[in-house]
Amino acid sequence: MSSKVIIIDDEPLARSIVIEYIQNFPDLVVSQVCSNGYEGVKAIQQYKPDLIILDIQMPKINGFEMLELIENPPAVIFATAFDEYAIKAFEAHAIDYLLKPFNQDRFEKAIKKWREQKNGSAGEKQTKQLLDDVSLTAPQNQRIVIKDGSKIKIIPIQDVHYLEAADDFVKVFTKEGYFLKNKTMSHFEQVLDPSQFVRSHRSYIINLQQITRIDPYEKDNHVAILRSGAKVPVSRTGYPKLKAILGL
Amino acid sequence: MSTSPLSVTRFRVIFSICWLIIFVDHIVLLRWFGLSWSIAIVDGAINDALLILACFLVIMMLHYYLPQKEKYFHLLTWCLLITVIVILITKVILKTIYASNDEYIVFFNRSIWVRSSLDFLLLGCVILISVIWYNWQEQSEHETRKQDAEKLSKEAELFKLRQQLQPHFLFNSLNSINALIGSRPQEARKMVQQLSDFLRGTIKKEEHQWVTLKEELQYLQLYLDIEKVRFGHRLATSIEYDGSLDELKLPALLLQPIMENAIKFGLYDTVDEIEISLKAVKEENNLVITVTNPFDPETSTPRQGTGFGLQSVQRRLYLLFARTDLVSTEAKENIFTTTIKIPQA
Repeated sequence: MSSKVIIIDDEPLARSIVIEYIQNFPDLVVSQVCSNGYEGVKAIQQYKPDLIILDIQMPKINGFEMLELIENPPAVIFATAFDEYAIKAFEAHAIDYLLKPFNQDRFEKAIKKWREQKNGSAGEKQTKQLLDDVSLTAPQNQRIVIKDGSKIKIIPIQDVHYLEAADDFVKVFTKEGYFLKNKTMSHFEQVLDPSQFVRSHRSYIINLQQITRIDPYEKDNHVAILRSGAKVPVSRTGYPKLKAILGL
Repeated sequence: MSTSPLSVTRFRVIFSICWLIIFVDHIVLLRWFGLSWSIAIVDGAINDALLILACFLVIMMLHYYLPQKEKYFHLLTWCLLITVIVILITKVILKTIYASNDEYIVFFNRSIWVRSSLDFLLLGCVILISVIWYNWQEQSEHETRKQDAEKLSKEAELFKLRQQLQPHFLFNSLNSINALIGSRPQEARKMVQQLSDFLRGTIKKEEHQWVTLKEELQYLQLYLDIEKVRFGHRLATSIEYDGSLDELKLPALLLQPIMENAIKFGLYDTVDEIEISLKAVKEENNLVITVTNPFDPETSTPRQGTGFGLQSVQRRLYLLFARTDLVSTEAKENIFTTTIKIPQA
C-alpha cells in the first residue's frame, strides 16, 4: 500500500530536491507540494497525508504554527536550514529532523525511522509536546494563530482583550469578537507575559491594558470592566493578584 | 611606568644650568657679605651639592610614589624634613672645616634661617615641577590607553557587524545549489560562483572599508541574484539610480543588510509575490538610499519593523559619523520604507 506525502516549503528548489529524493521510494506518492502554511493546512485537510515534510521558516505562519492548526497532525519530518531553538526542541523530544542541505542517504534514514515508528502513537504525542515547547519562543509567543472556518487569523498578543476557558478550547476575545484556540488556560498562562496578562479567575486571563476599573460584585467577588465594555469575573484569589500588579 | 624627568636630556640641561646659576648666585651673595673667595666657593659647593642630591632624591621618590591629591600636604612635610637634613649636614661639614674661624661660624649661625628658607623654596619648586610632570605623564598615558581601547573595540564591533552573515541564508543557498546540481548543473555552477564572490566580499580587508556606490551595488546584485534563485518568481527587485552617482562613497557592505531586512520582512510577511526596490539619489551633500518592501500592517507589530539588520546599520553609521539621524523608517499603508543618508566628504 502506498503512503501519501505532502511537501511544504517556501523555496522552490528546496521542494524539488525532496521530490527528487522521494522518487526513489515507489510506495511514496507526493499528493501535493505547498509553498506556505496556508496551502499546507488546506492540503492536509484535503488529502489526509501519512507524512509531511515540513520547513520551519515560512511566510506568515511558520511550520510549528501551521501544525497547531491541524486537529490530528500526520507524522512530520522537519527540514530546516538553521534554527537554534527548533533544533533544541527536536533534540529534547527525540524527533528526527533534516538539516539543509541533506543528501539522499540522510533522507532515506529519516524515512526509515518514520516507517519504524509509524504504527505507534508516539508520533502524535511527541509532536504535541514539541509544539507546546516551541510556543514559548518567539515569534509564537508574540501572536496567536487561529483557524476561523477556512480562514487563518494571526492575532498579535497586544490585540487580545481577554481569554476565557471553554471546555477543551480557549476563547480568545478581540475587538472582532472571539476565536477558538485548541489550547489550555494553563498553557496561555505560561506563554503570556505575566506583566501584561493576569489570570483573574480559574476561567479567565485578562490583558491589563484593557482594564478600565474593577467593581465589587456580589459577596466577596469582583468584576473587571474592560475598555470594550466587557465584564470579566475576578475571583477571590484573582483580586489580590490584580491589585498587586496594578498597584491599587 | 612613566619616565623620570631626569631621563630626558632637555631636563638634564635645564637642571644643570639652574644649579650653576644658583651656585654662582650663592658665591656672589657670600662675597657681597664680605667672605673670602675660598670660603664662599666651599660653602656654596657643599650646600648646593647637598641640595641637588636632595632634589634627585625627591624626584626619584615621586617616580615610585606619587601621593593622591588629598595627600599633597605630605609633600610639604617631606620638603621641610629634607631641608632640615640638608641644612644640618651642611652645618656639620662646614663647622668641621672652619672650626677655628669664629667669624665664619657666627655668620653661618646668623644666616641659617635665610639658608633654610631658600633651600626650602628651591626644593619646593622641584617637588612641584616633579608632581606636575608625573601627573601629566600619567594623564597622557591614560589618554593613549583609552584611545587604544576605544579604537580596538570600535574595530572589533565594526568587524562583528560586518560579519553578521545569516547562517540561514548560507545553508539555504547551499540547499538550492544541491537541488540545481541534479537538474540544472550549469545554473548550479553559476550560483556557486555568485555565492563565492559574495562571501569573498564579506571578508574583505579593513583597507577596503569605503567603496564606491558602483562597487557596492555590484556586490549587492550578487546577493539579490542568489536570493532570486532561492525564492523564484516570488521575489522581484529593482534598483534605480543615476550613473552620475557611481563614484559616491559609502561604507562597504552597508546595503546588503538593509536589503536582507527588506527581503525577509517582505517575503515572510506576505504569501504573495513581492517587489523590493532600491533608489539612490544625491541630496545636498548626502547620498540618500531608499529601500521599500511590502508588509502586512494587520499582523506586523511595529517593533518587528526594525530588525537586527537595521540596528546594525544604525550602529555602524553612528560609529563612523557620530550621528543617530542617518537611518529612518516609515510604514505607510502596506509599504515599509527604509531611508539611509551617507554624508559625503
